[in-house]
Amino acid sequence: MSKHPQKGIDRAILRKAFRDSFIKLDPRYLIKNPVMFVVEIGFVITLYLTFFPASFNEQGRQMGLYNGIVSVILLITVLFANFAEAVAEGRGKAQAESLKKTRKDTKAKLFDQNGQFTIVNSSTIKKDDIVLVETGDIIPNDGEVIEGLAFVDESAITGESAPVMKEAGGDFSSVTGGTKVTSDWLKIRITAIPGESFLERMISLVEGATRQKTPNEISLTMVLVSLTMIFLVVIVALYPMATYAGVKIPVATLIALLVCLIPTTIGGLLSAIGIAGMDRVTRFNVIAMSGKAVEACGDVDVMILDKTGTITYGNRLAAEFIPVGKHSLENLARFSLIASLQDDTPEGRSVVDLANQQGVKVDEAEYRSAEFIEFTGQTRMSGTNLPNGAQVRKGAGDAIKQLVTERGGTIPGDLNTVIERISKAGGTPLVVSVDQEVFGVIYLKDTIKPGLIDRFNRLRAIGIKTVMCTGDNPLTAATIAREAGVDEFVAECKPEQKIDVIKKEQAQGKLVAMTGDGTNDAPALAQADVGLAMNSGTVAAKEAANMVDLDSDPTKILEVVEIGKQLLITRGSLTTFSIANDVAKYFAIIPAMFTVVIPQMNAINIMGLATPQSAILSALIFNALIIPALIPIAMRGVKYQPMSAQRILARNMLIYGLGGVLVPFFGIKLIDLAINPLLKLLNMG
Amino acid sequence: MDWPQILATLGIAMLLVIPTGKYICRVINGSKTCFDPVLDRIDGFIYKVSGIKQAEMDWKQYVIALLLTNLVMTLLVYLVFRMQHLLFLNPNSIKAMEPSLAFNTAISFITNTNLQDYSGEWGLSYVSQMVAITFLMFTSAATGFAAAAAFIRGMVGKSKTLGNFFVDVTRLTTRIFMPLAIIVTLILVWQGVPQTLAPNQTVTTIEGKLQDIPLGPVASLVSIKHLGTNGGGFFGGNSAHPFENPTPLTNLLQILSMLLLPTSLVYAFGLMLNDKKQAWTIFAAMALLLAMALPACYFAEKMGNPLLAKSGLSQTMGNMEGKEVRFGIAESALFTTVTTACTTGSVNNMHDSLTPLGGLTALWQMMINVVFGGKGVGFMNMMMYAILTVFLCGLMVGRTPEFLGKKIEGREIKLIAIAILVHPFVILISSMIALLTPAGLAGISNPGFHGLSQVIYQFTSAAANNGSGFEGLADNTAFWNISAGLVMFSGRYISIIALLAVVSSLAVKKAVPVSIGTFRTDNPLFMGVLCAVVIIIGALTFFPAIALGPIAEHLTLWR
Repeated sequence: MSKHPQKGIDRAILRKAFRDSFIKLDPRYLIKNPVMFVVEIGFVITLYLTFFPASFNEQGRQMGLYNGIVSVILLITVLFANFAEAVAEGRGKAQAESLKKTRKDTKAKLFDQNGQFTIVNSSTIKKDDIVLVETGDIIPNDGEVIEGLAFVDESAITGESAPVMKEAGGDFSSVTGGTKVTSDWLKIRITAIPGESFLERMISLVEGATRQKTPNEISLTMVLVSLTMIFLVVIVALYPMATYAGVKIPVATLIALLVCLIPTTIGGLLSAIGIAGMDRVTRFNVIAMSGKAVEACGDVDVMILDKTGTITYGNRLAAEFIPVGKHSLENLARFSLIASLQDDTPEGRSVVDLANQQGVKVDEAEYRSAEFIEFTGQTRMSGTNLPNGAQVRKGAGDAIKQLVTERGGTIPGDLNTVIERISKAGGTPLVVSVDQEVFGVIYLKDTIKPGLIDRFNRLRAIGIKTVMCTGDNPLTAATIAREAGVDEFVAECKPEQKIDVIKKEQAQGKLVAMTGDGTNDAPALAQADVGLAMNSGTVAAKEAANMVDLDSDPTKILEVVEIGKQLLITRGSLTTFSIANDVAKYFAIIPAMFTVVIPQMNAINIMGLATPQSAILSALIFNALIIPALIPIAMRGVKYQPMSAQRILARNMLIYGLGGVLVPFFGIKLIDLAINPLLKLLNMG
Repeated sequence: MDWPQILATLGIAMLLVIPTGKYICRVINGSKTCFDPVLDRIDGFIYKVSGIKQAEMDWKQYVIALLLTNLVMTLLVYLVFRMQHLLFLNPNSIKAMEPSLAFNTAISFITNTNLQDYSGEWGLSYVSQMVAITFLMFTSAATGFAAAAAFIRGMVGKSKTLGNFFVDVTRLTTRIFMPLAIIVTLILVWQGVPQTLAPNQTVTTIEGKLQDIPLGPVASLVSIKHLGTNGGGFFGGNSAHPFENPTPLTNLLQILSMLLLPTSLVYAFGLMLNDKKQAWTIFAAMALLLAMALPACYFAEKMGNPLLAKSGLSQTMGNMEGKEVRFGIAESALFTTVTTACTTGSVNNMHDSLTPLGGLTALWQMMINVVFGGKGVGFMNMMMYAILTVFLCGLMVGRTPEFLGKKIEGREIKLIAIAILVHPFVILISSMIALLTPAGLAGISNPGFHGLSQVIYQFTSAAANNGSGFEGLADNTAFWNISAGLVMFSGRYISIIALLAVVSSLAVKKAVPVSIGTFRTDNPLFMGVLCAVVIIIGALTFFPAIALGPIAEHLTLWR
């Protein structure tokens, strides 16, 4: 999908992540993740008790060793969480490294007041400076072309190697710092402050340096912190309760229970999920200015789409052959094909495609050598002169009619009706004639991009309304809208009117997404809750938007919406899983804590775990192992299919809710079976 | 005959839900009722005398009005308790109440808890029973109900204000509590509940000994005790006392009185929201939780006590220790379940004598504190869990969670977190303190697992504003009076404030239109998830305490 070299999780990333997971143990860093910070404190306490097991007058066999094992598992738990985050960051960092390489210190040609340029270091270029770039130069910073026309290689940013044309004025006037001029020259007014160029912002975004918690992430952290606080109180209160009931619980066991209960699974994976979500967006070659923007995508209710360029190709393509008079469809298709074989315009190629689709075949070699008549503004027709002298033409209705009449032919009675019908539907009629005979009409129409109908169906399945904006007349607009399957359309819509469409939807409480490229789209992009600007678009549009698509493909917004949803679903599902896990952990640890003093408590040891110590350690090990086990899901995101919210909820509840209750029962039992013999060897059984 | 009578009682309660809900909705909305010609004048007079301006209040004004009114009432009542020996209507020459007990009692009744560390017949004069206790039974119920009304208005979100607290309290009192209380009182009097200002009678019993027969204005107190889900008895024996609950009919009436308003309020919510299906979903979740507790309690009691069976006492009737023969296991189990569900706290049997598992079901319902619940507050708690559930579910379908069209964001979650934290915090921390201090330990009458249950029960009941007790606990000491007083206070007001803040912040949000991408909160799936969230959060929070208390006691009892 991306034109960037696909960077999977390679060994280098893993090695770096492994090192980073130790660096991230720094409490000053870890405190940002309250759940894991609690685990780290637990680790410090149990580590102390490993060397001074008698600090709390605890009796028991091998207390020091037991405390030691608990502390090691706690350390590993924190490391696993750090590792998850580091792996998620790894890919972005790698990408940032490759971007940084393009930010080499270059020279720039800076104009002074007299119109002379001097060569300066490009890092000294300020906003509103005017510079000259020529073939082979690197554009020093983001700016706007004020003079000249040139081709620019933007592969450093977009990964697209074909150079793009830039010229002053219009929608192709913006240039990005770090890209390279491949031909001709440009005079550019710099629009970015040094250090805040698009490239630099992009580096810091993919690196994750400016990552801020998104609103839902903040709410979720709130829930996780409250749960942690509840369990802290539960554990603190348990100690005197147990003491009163005659049970002395070792401190390490209390800490083990606490760590098992607090939501370490989601706490450990939360930031990894967020980073990986952003990374998925980046790999689509979309730069999101913030995680908030990606998250907002999941909430979008309405999507405003341009017709031309987004829904249709904008070129008119052959859609139908309509014979007139007594001519057959096959003959019409055949002559249309013959007239178009050497026609390299999109229209011409589409006629060939349509004819081929309808199974019409001619010996192409025979006609390749035939004389081709180019389309001109005067004749308004094109065609082929066959070796046998026949002249095949296709062209505008009145031009062909005139030609045929001049040659003494007659105009079939139904021709005008057909032409009128096509025009009314917003299409373009192309009349086909051979010598003085009119064979029929090729219906050229604005063609919907393939796969869009399916995509709109997906959007409808998840409750997103699509609105098409077009400058066409209502009749044409209605036709395209119906064919593409968009829910609503606004005809005769000027770009400036889009903002009104957005405001109208927002007034009903809806979240609106839109794509745009031109300067006159900027206000609408800013007004929309999610604005996706095209990289080919103007600086104004890019600045107003909260996402920029480097491939300049407006339909990308659909993918970003799905990524946004998937991001939230992953967080929600893993939270549910994490909380549901606690049920089984209780059934492992509570009987283990009390059976020594209250043997009857073994009745709730429903997993039949071998010994109290083995039970506690098994629960704790399960709690640690589940984090790396879920890293793939955190990175990839929970499987997402477009369907009604109801069904998504039922499905995820079944997998992560019910599964979350059941899985640990099996997991803990298996770990218990595995470690019990080892504990026996250590004389702890 | 056990289950038919239980089901018949619940059936009658169900039949009352819709008509009562409709009426409650009218009272809260201020729409017309057939009693208006009379009651409007009474209300108008009250507004005029007390200078109530009837202006709409935002949530802060509403909360301040609620808190100040409650504070003033608490102080007045405290003074009455402290000076009851100086006041009139004290035919039995009751002395002044000791300060820590007066503090506990005043808080207990203003918070609708009605935990009683005293016995009414020996501790309160008639003026205290009427002017302090019965008065607060009306106002605390009306306060809770008013808070719920404000909460629902915020949820419905038609305006940014939540109504006027004084108007709400007045209308709820004159149009709901007063008329119902008068009807119930008359039925109780007919069934033989005393309603008199005459002093206690000293009579010669058949054995030839002298016995004091306590009397007083009992019926008027008992009626609002249940209608307002207050639960504080006129006598120490509460609704087990033959003068408070003499016949099966009065028992039925009291159970129905407890259920009437908490159940109907949920339906009224549906009417105000104009979404009955949503209300029935919440109702069904509450009913399901009740339906789990009731048989658990019944069968636990029916099994009897193996220790007594071993010593030769027949347990065929079940565990009759601490129960009234005129009620039996079925009526006792039903009463216990309903009184702890509706956070009433009145008892018709001794909860301390319930089997460990029977006691556990009572304890459990107060721990989750959402099964219909006391006047309004139980409903608010359930909605709090609903919002939390919506948050989790919302994420799971990939949208910022929305409930009733309003987005649930950081601010709401923060407040919900506070409201959810209060309950376990005050229960567990106060239990911990009680177990760590000699003064706390001194109150425990049965050391061991049951003693632990006594402590946890006391504070859970206080935090849930229920008021029932494991009465074996010797709780009339400075430590227990003050600690329970503080717990009742925190349990009542913190969550009311936090939840009103939540709805006020929801009320100003623009409603998001429902689409196929929004998951529905008015269907069985949501009901199931809501119940699961309540049970899992409750179980996770209290399981260690429950395991060491009732479960350990049960396992060692049946070994």
